[in-house]
Amino acid sequence: MQSVFNIIFSPDFFYDVLRVTTPILFATLAATVASRSGIFNIALEGIMLIAALVGVIFSAYFSSAWLGLLFALISGGLVGLFLGFLVLKLKTDAILAGIAINLMAAGGTIFLLYIISGDRGVSSSIKSLVLPKFPLPVIKNIPIIGTILSMQNILTYVVLLSVIVIHILLYKTPLGLKIRAVGENPNAAESVGINVHKIQYIAVTISGILAAFGGAFLSMGYLSMFSNGMTAGRGFIGLAADAMGGSTPIGALLVSLLFGIADSMGNVIQTGIKIPYEIVQMLPYITTIVGLAIFSYSKKKQIEKLKSK
Amino acid sequence: MSKTSKLNILRTALSIIIALAISFIIIYFISEEPFRAINKMILGPLRSRRIFGNVIELMIPLIFTGVGVCIMFSASQFNLGAEGSFHIGGLVGAMAALWIPLPSFIHPLVAILLGGIAGAIFTFIPALLKIKTSSSELVSSLMLNYIALSFGNYILSYFLKDPKAGAPASYLIPNTARLSILINDTSIHTGLIIAILVTIFGYIFLYKSKTGYEIRVAGQNEQFARYSGINIVKVILISQLLGGFIAGIGGSVQLLGMYRRFSWIVLLGYGWDAVIVTTLAKKNPLYVPISAFFLAYIRIGADIMSRTTDVSPEIVSITQGVIIILIVAEQFLSKYRHKIITKEAKSLLDTEGVE
Amino acid sequence: MSDIILEMKDILKIYPNGIVANEHINLSLKKGEIHALLGENGAGKSTLMKVLFGIEIPEEGEIILKGKRVYIKSPHEAIANGIGMVHQHFMLVPSLTAAENIILGVEPRKFGLFTNMEKAIEVADNIAKMYNFDIDVRAKVETLPVGIKQKVEILKALYRGAEILILDEPTAVLTPQETEELFIQLNKLKEKGHTIIFISHKLDEIKLICDRLTIMRNGKNKGTYKTEDVTTEEISRLMVGRDVFLEFDKEKANPKKTVLKVRDVSVKNKLGNLKVNNISFDIREGEILGIAGVEGNGQNELVDILTGLNENYTGNVLIFNKEAKELGIKGIRDLKVSHIPEDRMTYGCAKDMDILQNVFSNQYGDEKYSSKYLLKSKAMETRAEELIDEFLIKCNSFKQSVGMLSGGNIQKVVVAREFSVGPKIIVANQPTRGIDVGAAEFIRKKIIEFRDQGCAVLLVSADLNEVFELSDRLAVMYKGEFSGVFTNVEELTEEELGKYMLGLKKDEKLEGIIYE
Repeated sequence: MQSVFNIIFSPDFFYDVLRVTTPILFATLAATVASRSGIFNIALEGIMLIAALVGVIFSAYFSSAWLGLLFALISGGLVGLFLGFLVLKLKTDAILAGIAINLMAAGGTIFLLYIISGDRGVSSSIKSLVLPKFPLPVIKNIPIIGTILSMQNILTYVVLLSVIVIHILLYKTPLGLKIRAVGENPNAAESVGINVHKIQYIAVTISGILAAFGGAFLSMGYLSMFSNGMTAGRGFIGLAADAMGGSTPIGALLVSLLFGIADSMGNVIQTGIKIPYEIVQMLPYITTIVGLAIFSYSKKKQIEKLKSK
Repeated sequence: MSKTSKLNILRTALSIIIALAISFIIIYFISEEPFRAINKMILGPLRSRRIFGNVIELMIPLIFTGVGVCIMFSASQFNLGAEGSFHIGGLVGAMAALWIPLPSFIHPLVAILLGGIAGAIFTFIPALLKIKTSSSELVSSLMLNYIALSFGNYILSYFLKDPKAGAPASYLIPNTARLSILINDTSIHTGLIIAILVTIFGYIFLYKSKTGYEIRVAGQNEQFARYSGINIVKVILISQLLGGFIAGIGGSVQLLGMYRRFSWIVLLGYGWDAVIVTTLAKKNPLYVPISAFFLAYIRIGADIMSRTTDVSPEIVSITQGVIIILIVAEQFLSKYRHKIITKEAKSLLDTEGVE
Repeated sequence: MSDIILEMKDILKIYPNGIVANEHINLSLKKGEIHALLGENGAGKSTLMKVLFGIEIPEEGEIILKGKRVYIKSPHEAIANGIGMVHQHFMLVPSLTAAENIILGVEPRKFGLFTNMEKAIEVADNIAKMYNFDIDVRAKVETLPVGIKQKVEILKALYRGAEILILDEPTAVLTPQETEELFIQLNKLKEKGHTIIFISHKLDEIKLICDRLTIMRNGKNKGTYKTEDVTTEEISRLMVGRDVFLEFDKEKANPKKTVLKVRDVSVKNKLGNLKVNNISFDIREGEILGIAGVEGNGQNELVDILTGLNENYTGNVLIFNKEAKELGIKGIRDLKVSHIPEDRMTYGCAKDMDILQNVFSNQYGDEKYSSKYLLKSKAMETRAEELIDEFLIKCNSFKQSVGMLSGGNIQKVVVAREFSVGPKIIVANQPTRGIDVGAAEFIRKKIIEFRDQGCAVLLVSADLNEVFELSDRLAVMYKGEFSGVFTNVEELTEEELGKYMLGLKKDEKLEGIIYE
């Protein structure tokens, strides 16, 4: 027991938490931006998968991890835009459109990988690159904090920065104000001359780009390969975390961290106490369901209270 | 048949044709021998009795999850737990097969029933959470699917695992529990009969029973249902329980019919496929076997194509995605649709005189 | 005539369903006046204002603003022309602050990229101060009381430079104190030169703050007057009147025992306003009790209570001597109580389901149409065909979706369903609203038929013809209470009724509303 305690409160543990949290947080932020504009983006899972593959392919093609990332982001933005087109222009149900995109992404990535490399399932013959780890000047010399924060993958810093950027976008810019207005009361937004669809297109595109960051992290962060279905539901977790965090960037950060801790804790507990690995794997999902139920219940009560006032 | 229902059939047919056309165009550009590939995809499944049998074998699990999702979606509940129900159904089916010694015939029935109950409990959770806490059934069912997977892996490695099997897999399922082969030279098993029974049951339940009617009314307009005196909470719970039950049965049937050991260490995806099947079948269980057959056919076709040509079978996922989108997209053929509706309305006005 | 700021000339608006909402209407506004637009629901005032605000495009007519013809095709263009509208259902984003709502769409910026929130708050605060609106612009709208929300709406319009302000029934959602405050503000706006169109049907309020008034009825302009030149009686006569007299061959009612007893029932709405205030009445077999009144005076809330849709009320409702709260919606229906809802598309049907499935939603459990578990399709089909014939529903077959039918035929589907259970009590809320004359006549005749067979009927209607012709007894609802009861409907004049409807007269005794 003592040893578990020591591991949990070790800097390495928290280093690990940040690593595990990164893709989830990207997905959660992506869900936040989309749902704030009134579109439920269940396609996140598929977007991440596509971006993961695109990043691998282009980083190998250009021999540049950065260009790989760039193309991954572009692909994510485009798929986001495509979802917008389906929902806003063709009036497709957002959930079914998202499921369709996910199904296409799951098969399409394998298909594309095979065409390009002849690999089946894992991009073993593509010489893709990894995005660099980054030592934080000054901070790296601080004990404990340095160990936790420094030498993380560059995208881990990007995601932390994204929390701030999305917070500013939503709460400090005219665009964010419009996104929130459109998502909450499109009639009100329209009555003051806001182009509702335009704002929603922008929001799903941003959402797609954020999800793409998460996908790129998976295939270019620590690994340098794409594998079939490697997102493993992280897009869905993002949706759940967004619902639980009340669709705010700060909430997204906290819930994703909770998820990251639950996930990392699993690995630790396993080494410390004899709890089966498979049970430990359930922890983050159980945490999410319980958290979501508690959050929804308190929100329901809150609405009832507001109404009875 | 009214013009609008004809139009619906036309829309479905056109969606399928366009989706296939897009796939063929892709094949044309990427393949060295596109026409041979397309030919294999379309005609491949008909080449032999055994291969056509594969189509039917693949159709069976799709029918179960398809009928289950039809019932769940008819109540306007986006519960995506069919995936997990199927998995848990297979797991519990395997446990019952291994642990409860029973004579043949009764053995699979008990195992399947228990699998169904496990599946029902599984989809019941999101429904209950929705009613009690208003948390989204979609999100919680997605999370639960992963819990189902981990739970299955846990039971497999701690209770069922045969150390002598090379890969993670359970002990051999006893022959008493296995579903027998129905048609020689294929693996088509008696699960097909259960699937057909479930289809008929699903149709009668949803379209001919009182509860099914309540479910559909509540799914179409909840306030109207309440005003009419229908108990909404009951309707949601029953629909989700039954949908999960059928998906769970599907899991145990699939396991006992197609597998010698429980070896599912990933989710098999039949729950997601069910969304395609349900969309194609317009939430009517009666059309589920047809759309399941279609889906199974193009998948086996694509498989055959990939074995003999340079095109990989996942091209099918593009076809499926396009089909869903076109069928669900309201604006697809909307101008044509509008024309027909106004024409119908006008012909009514003429008989009605001035209004 | 240089003080005329806006003229609407010869406005003709016909809706796609053929209803003529505005029949060559003329309206002119003087700069700096508060101009009341009165009329009952359906008189066409809202349509006229939608035309002015660019939500509806008229078939004919022109709008002249400050002597120049303008074409207003969207709210955005209306705003650009200095016209603002405060909708009855506020166009606000609840989770945003008042200031954010006010500046939404025209945000002040800093560094080109960011919202200058300090500036926004300052601007919002300034404009609030300028008009003496005492509000905290930093507060989130969802936390504000209705009266303040309305002020935010007004400020939103003013911030966008509205010179002409349309207020659509602004006092409907306010408490008396809030109303008083609103009037003070409106007078101040008037002093600053703003022109206000005040839509209402509350005569006392109009008398209090309006300079002139225009009365509309059935899509026509019934005249514009200076407020001091007309008496409330005259207004009420012009506003509440019948253009067509319909005569029904109706035998005198022969009421028997009391089947519905309502005692001391009160209910508050979600906002905490008292909508039904201590109401008691009885209905007997074989009679029609009409409830007249301007809409929004508690009629819908009362109907929801009687039919079990709302159980959060005080007092007692006894249906065949059974407590309604204990029965629930299903229990009440099982006692053969039928309900024609006011909003047929929300409560009355499932528009994507076919006629057959719509006519059985309240009786599929009947042993004629189902066994323990299964529906009897054949019996249902036969019955659906009978109902289509009996209720003259124009359709291709019972397989047609209800949403494809015309309004009148949808209502016939609703009525067919509700009347086919052999009702003992019918609660009919606006049973003929917005449907063609033929269908309306048909439904009224059916109601009388049922009364003659011994059914008790509660008829809530804003249509005076209807309440006059059908009611055996008539009660008027005003502000959640009965303001009058008439047992001799034939002798009642519409002028007299109008006074009760508009709150000019009140009968304290209410004799004949209960028997005992």
